[in-house]
Amino acid sequence: MSTAHTHAGHAAGHHDEHDHHGPEKGWRRWVFATNHKDIGTLYMLFSMTMFFIGGAMAMVIRAELFKPGMQLVDPMFFNSMTTMHALIMIFGAVMPAFVGLANWMIPLQVGAPDMALPRMNNFSFWILPFAFTMLLATLFVPGGSPAGGWTMYPPLSLQNGTSFPMLIFAVHLMGASSIMGAINVVVTIMNMRAPGMSLLKMPLFVWTWLITAYLLVAVMPVLAGAVTMLLTDHYFGTSFFQAAGGGDPVMFQHIFWFFGHPEVYIMILPAFGIVSEIIPTFSRKPLFGYDAMVYATASIAFLSFIVWAHHMFTVGMPLAGQMFFMLATMLISVPTGVKVFNWTATMFKGSISFEPPMLFAISFLFLFTIGGFSGLMLAMVPADFQYHDTYFVVAHFHYVLVPGAIFSIMAAVYYWLPKWTGHMYNMKLATWHFWLSTVFVNVLFFPQHFLGLAGMPRRIPDYSTQFADWNMVSSIGGFGFGLSQLLFAYIVISTMRSGVKATDKVWDGGTPQGLEWTLSSPPPYHSFEVAPEVK
Amino acid sequence: MSKILKYVAGAIATSLPASAALAAWELNMPVGVTELSRDIHGLHMLIFWICVLIAVAVFGMMIYSLVKFRHSQGAVAANFDHSTKAEVVWTIIPIAILVGMAIPAAETLIKIEDTRDSKLSIKVTGYQWKWHYDYLDKNVNFFSTLRRDHDAARQLHSGVDPNSVPNYLLEVDHPLVVPANTKVRILLTSSDVIHAWWVPAFGMKKDALPGFVNELWFNADVPGTYRGQCAELCGRDHGFMPVVVEVLPQEQFDAWLKEHQQPAAAAAANTNVEPAATTVAKAE
Repeated sequence: MSTAHTHAGHAAGHHDEHDHHGPEKGWRRWVFATNHKDIGTLYMLFSMTMFFIGGAMAMVIRAELFKPGMQLVDPMFFNSMTTMHALIMIFGAVMPAFVGLANWMIPLQVGAPDMALPRMNNFSFWILPFAFTMLLATLFVPGGSPAGGWTMYPPLSLQNGTSFPMLIFAVHLMGASSIMGAINVVVTIMNMRAPGMSLLKMPLFVWTWLITAYLLVAVMPVLAGAVTMLLTDHYFGTSFFQAAGGGDPVMFQHIFWFFGHPEVYIMILPAFGIVSEIIPTFSRKPLFGYDAMVYATASIAFLSFIVWAHHMFTVGMPLAGQMFFMLATMLISVPTGVKVFNWTATMFKGSISFEPPMLFAISFLFLFTIGGFSGLMLAMVPADFQYHDTYFVVAHFHYVLVPGAIFSIMAAVYYWLPKWTGHMYNMKLATWHFWLSTVFVNVLFFPQHFLGLAGMPRRIPDYSTQFADWNMVSSIGGFGFGLSQLLFAYIVISTMRSGVKATDKVWDGGTPQGLEWTLSSPPPYHSFEVAPEVK
Repeated sequence: MSKILKYVAGAIATSLPASAALAAWELNMPVGVTELSRDIHGLHMLIFWICVLIAVAVFGMMIYSLVKFRHSQGAVAANFDHSTKAEVVWTIIPIAILVGMAIPAAETLIKIEDTRDSKLSIKVTGYQWKWHYDYLDKNVNFFSTLRRDHDAARQLHSGVDPNSVPNYLLEVDHPLVVPANTKVRILLTSSDVIHAWWVPAFGMKKDALPGFVNELWFNADVPGTYRGQCAELCGRDHGFMPVVVEVLPQEQFDAWLKEHQQPAAAAAANTNVEPAATTVAKAE
């Protein structure tokens, strides 16, 4: 640090003095935040807020589906709820949570003082509250919120009223935020690693985020392009997706899913990284097959660009196209399988203890694998003709996203929260949170496999009486899961305020690896002021 | 190879509960009434059991490790961190399994896409929120809408208990009528947004796209009434546009067709209702 400042001259010298002030007081600390930990905290709290708003919408959905017949809401409002639930959970809860974790952990794990681009970091966070305020404001405009599904398929999405341009602009803002966040991650990892930390010595969370960041930079502009074409179709007389003017509505689906499938991996690769950090710590044994894990992650990222049309097997593609996308999709299960086997081999002959982060990681391992199995079934095109757009698909992607992505985020919070706050949380309460979540998430989503196979389409507000029993079970699971998450909010907030002092290593009984454990808990405001040596 | 797999899948399939479609607590995909749907069901069961086998092996290994190597029981951690042999094995085996699954899947897919030699062609047009059926060159066409009493029952606060309405939400005013044991080709299109036509017992689902024509075929060998729904979100009443197909023996179907054929003048007037956009052929 000091040599860099000598070269940079007077301006940097002034900056140096400023460095030692620590955080600003009051609201200025957060609004003008440039510190990676403050911005990480903002991201995480924003994500938790969105998690509860999106979750409340899911409760409306499950309440209406509790029994057959329309009891609570208009079908149009129901469609708005499914649409908004997806948009808020994907762009508001899961993605910002991972960016928040990246902000907190990447500088700590690569031995850097901060993220490389702190002002852009501030900007990329502060876009989000505006984007989501605009998206949520659609609940109050004439015609209601977007109700054409989060996939925004035309021509249906063009039937939205006032909410349509608000949705498009909100998506643009979210995309801009994600791209800036991703660029920051790439620049930080590429330039600010501690001396001696070669690429293949990086912790796996850093590796998976590096690959995720490249995916984000590659596909978010594609989404922006797709929604811009929707906008011009609606307001400026173009016909990209309208057959009457020579366009093709299916082209939107191709473009959307060219973004959408890598997006799926954007939401799961960092989860792989988190689990790869936690399992070795509590198995007291090094991660099995580190190199294979890195290559598997890279293979998954590559394959994610050539499988998009498996989301749209029923649109009427040529036979050769269907074959190609079926085979490419099946191929993804190979590197994903390698990962699951490697985590299992890490636990094999280890010395395993069951702290809350490990519990969530184990639950991730089992339940994500179930989501992988249903994914493999969905890859088989002829069978997909039956599964497509049924609750089987709903069950599949919720298994991947809830006990997959979200459980990994909770595992990460329970793993690093004592490091962040300097306080140990109530382990007993966290263990309760784990068991309630794991039991209810299965009560919630497992019966949806049965519903889909029995023939219940997704995105319907009312259903034939043959589907009544499992829907009631699923709704009970939903309410239980929703309520259990209040416990999570309580644990996190109370630990931020007070608690037993955590040690620097936090997990003294385990074998946590990585530079973050060499710092105090909580870490100093500017993390590594002197770069550590990595051997 | 694939014949053996099919046989195995079929044998296992019959051992699972596959009761009538209307049973409650249904766990599995019902077996359909067309060759394609039975092939698809066989594939579904095949891959399901492959997943179960893999799950037993993988979850078994995980549970064994979690029980056997507990820190609280004094387990001491080993220190190995890779094994090239193991890693090669668990990359090769999944690839072999995938090839084994891809072959029967590809065979069925080729069969599904072969719409040649159909005996009857019906153009199906999706509307928000009903279906229009047009028996090509037969002068028969009509709309098919959710039946009035069901539509009344499904209104918010209707006060009608859905359990008191037989086939709740799966009943239409005019069902599609087709002959049994005949290859029927469905030409699908839409007049407004994207819909999807689906009858689970026929194993087929396909999108109805505005301005393009998709096709699918089925050959039902058991007369009866089969029910499905629109499967692609199409707006407010997406949940309320059922598909009902009545499969009749050939003679009864012929009689039905004759009864419903309109005089030529009426038929010509009727074609004016059809949307202009559906004349563009699907280019792909």
